[in-house]
Amino acid sequence: MGRLSGPLADPSGDAGYADRPERVGFFTDTSVCIGCKACEVACKEWNALPAEDDVLTGMSYDNTGQLGASTYRHVAFVERTVDLGMPGLAGDGGDATEVRWLMSSDVCKHCTHAACLDVCPTGSLIRTEHGTVLVQEDICNGCGYCIPACPYGVIDQRPGDGRAFKCTMCQDRLGVGLQPACATACPTESIRFGPLDELRAEADERLAALHDRGVDDARLYGHDAGDGVGGAGAFFLLLDEPEVYGLPPDPVVTTRDLPSMWRHAAAAALAVAGAVAAAFVGRTSR
Amino acid sequence: MGSNMAEAHPVGFQWVMEAKRKGATVIHVDPRFTRTSAVADLHVPIRAGTDIAFLGGLIHHVLENEAWFTEYVRAYTNAPMLLREDFADTEDLDGLFSGFDPGSGTYDTTSWQYEGGTAPPASGQRDLEQDDAEGSAEEAHEHERGQVAGSGGSPVETWPERDDTMRDPRCVLQVLRRHYARYTPAMVHEICGIPEETFRRVADALVRNSGPDRTSAFCYAVGWTHHTVGVQYIRAASVLQSLLGNIGRPGGGILALRGHASIQGSTDIPTLFDLLPGYIPMPHAHRDEDLASFIESNSGRKGFWGDMDAYTVSLLRAWFGDNATADNDWCFDHLPRLTGDHSSFRTVMDQVDGKVPGYFVIGENPAVGTANARQQRAGLANLEWLVVRDLNMIETATFWKDGPEIETGEMRTEDIGTEVFFLPAAAHTEKDGTFTNTQRLLQWHHKAVEPPGDCRSDLWFYYELGRRIKQRLAGSTDPRDRPLQDLTWDYPVDAHGEPSADAVLREINGSGADGELLPGYTALRNDGSTRCGCWIYCGVYADGVNGSARRRPGGEQDLVAAEWGWAWPMNRRVLYNRASADPSGKPWSERKALIHWDADAGRWTGGDVPDFPVDTAPDYEPPEDARAAEAIGGAEPFVMQADGRAWLHAPAGLADAPIPTHYEPAESPVRNALYGQQANPARQRFDRPDNRLHPEPGTPGAEVFPFVFTTFRVTEHHTAGGMSRWTPYLTELQPEMFLEVSPALAAERGLEHGGWAHVVTARSAIEGRVLVTDRATPLRHGDRVVHQIGVPWHWGPNGLSTGDAANDLLGVALDPNVHIMETKAATCDIRPGRRPRGPALVAFLADRRRAAGLED
Repeated sequence: MGRLSGPLADPSGDAGYADRPERVGFFTDTSVCIGCKACEVACKEWNALPAEDDVLTGMSYDNTGQLGASTYRHVAFVERTVDLGMPGLAGDGGDATEVRWLMSSDVCKHCTHAACLDVCPTGSLIRTEHGTVLVQEDICNGCGYCIPACPYGVIDQRPGDGRAFKCTMCQDRLGVGLQPACATACPTESIRFGPLDELRAEADERLAALHDRGVDDARLYGHDAGDGVGGAGAFFLLLDEPEVYGLPPDPVVTTRDLPSMWRHAAAAALAVAGAVAAAFVGRTSR
Repeated sequence: MGSNMAEAHPVGFQWVMEAKRKGATVIHVDPRFTRTSAVADLHVPIRAGTDIAFLGGLIHHVLENEAWFTEYVRAYTNAPMLLREDFADTEDLDGLFSGFDPGSGTYDTTSWQYEGGTAPPASGQRDLEQDDAEGSAEEAHEHERGQVAGSGGSPVETWPERDDTMRDPRCVLQVLRRHYARYTPAMVHEICGIPEETFRRVADALVRNSGPDRTSAFCYAVGWTHHTVGVQYIRAASVLQSLLGNIGRPGGGILALRGHASIQGSTDIPTLFDLLPGYIPMPHAHRDEDLASFIESNSGRKGFWGDMDAYTVSLLRAWFGDNATADNDWCFDHLPRLTGDHSSFRTVMDQVDGKVPGYFVIGENPAVGTANARQQRAGLANLEWLVVRDLNMIETATFWKDGPEIETGEMRTEDIGTEVFFLPAAAHTEKDGTFTNTQRLLQWHHKAVEPPGDCRSDLWFYYELGRRIKQRLAGSTDPRDRPLQDLTWDYPVDAHGEPSADAVLREINGSGADGELLPGYTALRNDGSTRCGCWIYCGVYADGVNGSARRRPGGEQDLVAAEWGWAWPMNRRVLYNRASADPSGKPWSERKALIHWDADAGRWTGGDVPDFPVDTAPDYEPPEDARAAEAIGGAEPFVMQADGRAWLHAPAGLADAPIPTHYEPAESPVRNALYGQQANPARQRFDRPDNRLHPEPGTPGAEVFPFVFTTFRVTEHHTAGGMSRWTPYLTELQPEMFLEVSPALAAERGLEHGGWAHVVTARSAIEGRVLVTDRATPLRHGDRVVHQIGVPWHWGPNGLSTGDAANDLLGVALDPNVHIMETKAATCDIRPGRRPRGPALVAFLADRRRAAGLED
């Protein structure tokens, strides 16, 4: 393993795969998401994940809440009333408002620089030949280091099991040329799967088309190889600020500063050692 | 409109999103802001039950701005036809048309006919006109003979008078103008609660996207059909789309989004009481009716219904095989006869009244899934036997031990005599067969796994039931058993005893004298030489290829994707596509070309299977004695209609109006702003203690139920929950019953987000958790504000995801044409907290009814 941050064109090559397929990923275009949750169900069916608590959360139509050890896809529902800044049509003297209902299927970002993988002491978390990040269930010992390491709060421990789980990008499907279950089930192609380079080009085109049509709020998230995680393997087209969807605005791989922290620690240690030595030297010389 | 397509039809909605990606404008007119609204370019909130006023406003806009597609309208619709002088419109009679009999609440539709000619309907109210209740059959028969030319009689039929300038005050176009004169933007605002500016945006977008170069489509679902004027909702869209030239052309049309996976299939090969396969009407119990007179009174002289005799004889030959001969009138007398309304609701009320001993419930959960579910349960409790076939132990199978009436003490298990047989059913993944979907597309599904345990397919069940009954009756000499004895019932079965679905599809396709599979319905004959289970499906197995099983991806084909599945009839993808070309046979525009006349080849050709006699030239004028397909003129695209034209005014076939008219729902907090007539005068009413409807607005007691509620679905559940409420992965996504209200209504009634509330009607009170959302907007009509409450109808007490059933709230008031109930607009009250329980609920409801002045 080489660098812990910054642009990296070929993470699986960097991880030591000599003969490897193209890096693949997800492009989730939320502008065509209809919130059907077929991705959530298809994911649970294929990966045989347990159903969780049946709680009506009151958070719009989102009764899932968040990604977790048994939820690898999560559709967020965000209801917003937007002031259009012009007189309303209702004739009541108020400003015109518009209701917006944003939906977005969230997933593990399969970061180019994945802190979960960096901190895993057992080698359970690996970079796959497809460039994705995978937990090997039979190796994970449940130490939980990966959980605070993830800048998105994706990976989690399953209660009653103790091990950590997250999206595998359906590793067991990729090997036989199938798409991940979520992308296969998505009726509107909001979830697109494919070689990451192609998806990035598609996303640029889609963004330009939306901007041409006056959808000025459209933006890409996780698309930039220069961002804090070296670009995500699963990136998004959003219609509002990332925070609106519950996504961190500027995520940074939590291990980015490890080398400099070690350097600083080493320097500090040297300085302390020097100071101590100087103290003794000083005393003897007096 | 009338559809929450993204949530209720998410798979089909992918095409809407694809169109949007290509630049289409998507407008969603709906009482609720749904997941469909979220991705539409414009959401227009409308008061539930007022869509005809809105569509009428659009028709008014098109007529007054002369935005109609002139050439199309003149040549392809009945706009130029003259109506009889004794026709009177709702503008003349304050909301009634001529011919209304207040005593019976029905119309005599004679005065709705054309001047100088009569057109029998292509569908709807048929086989009715032979003998009136009082009149002598012979007399009526004579009358009928004069109107309709049959195969045996002398086809003396005068054709209606018309004025191609469309200026005659009695021509349909001018009648329409007068009818819709008051459907102005201001009136739309007053009735629907839609600001005039918003209405104009919709009207402009629609007009801009219609005409030779562009087309627009309407998609609807039960938000349009579930009304006491449901058929008239669709008619209103038909009038509008015909005026705009959006029928029979690519990208146009009115798309009926059907509710279950194969509900289209179950009307094509019907589970409806008044239809035979392929929309042939079920015969009524007329005196002395033989096959010839049945055909004569139901088939037009002209068009593809002109061959109804061939379709019917082939059907009888498929059913009764060699037992059906010319000498026994092809066993026509073996068909059951209608003696009145045998629709679902009438039958259930007859159950309550002790007139029905047995009941099969299959693929349905009426104990929670049908309007006035309490009445449904009372019917179930008053049977001798009940068969329920389902995947799960649904409420319809358990009402007798744990239904709501057991809890309230109104029923006791030991008093219920119904013997309930629960038979576990195989799911669609566990059996072969077809689905027929919205666009008439048959798609084959293969069995993926064997059904578990005792679960069996519906096909197995009916085959076995028939086989065993036939076995029992084999020696009977009772003439009433002859139809069953004569029935062919010989399907091959596999090692598990499962009959071959493939063999059934072949029987439906039909075969000729030598057993060869028929290529299409034009091959059907009336001489007994052909057999066909459903004439419109004829050709699905042409050349021995199961067309429904074809799965060539759309990306590898042209736009109509003719090699994905098979669409009836004849794999046509756009019905009436002759209208995609102008009268001379050229496309209206290159952009919207579909089929055209190739003069050199002497054929219709293009990107779809022509829905027209393929070698009938555009300038063909049929001779006077021509009949059926030969009587279709070369410029008459509407080949199922007796006059070859799209009907703006329907001279026959409808029970309640020749021209769509806004009536308020049977229950409404608002008076009809257009007419003195409040609701559809011809709606079917059942005023009985178990079905009290609320007082009309402005009358004492109406204030007890001041709000509107509308029922709806969510993506996560399926209909009455039989397939979804037992599924853990769906349950966690929508775990329990909820109610959607606006912040304003929540404040007015003291409802807390996430807390409990109960909705109250004269029928019942149900509870759910409150979702207060800005998506629910109160509608402003002038000074007045109308609150609408969204009530999902998936729930019931059984399964993993549970809750009260929305259908307990609804009363039964029906559309008179198709006997469908009004579930999409009714009145109610809403109160904070949980509903009363046990006997307290009964007392509470009695109190509410007393307050509203309703008799118990």
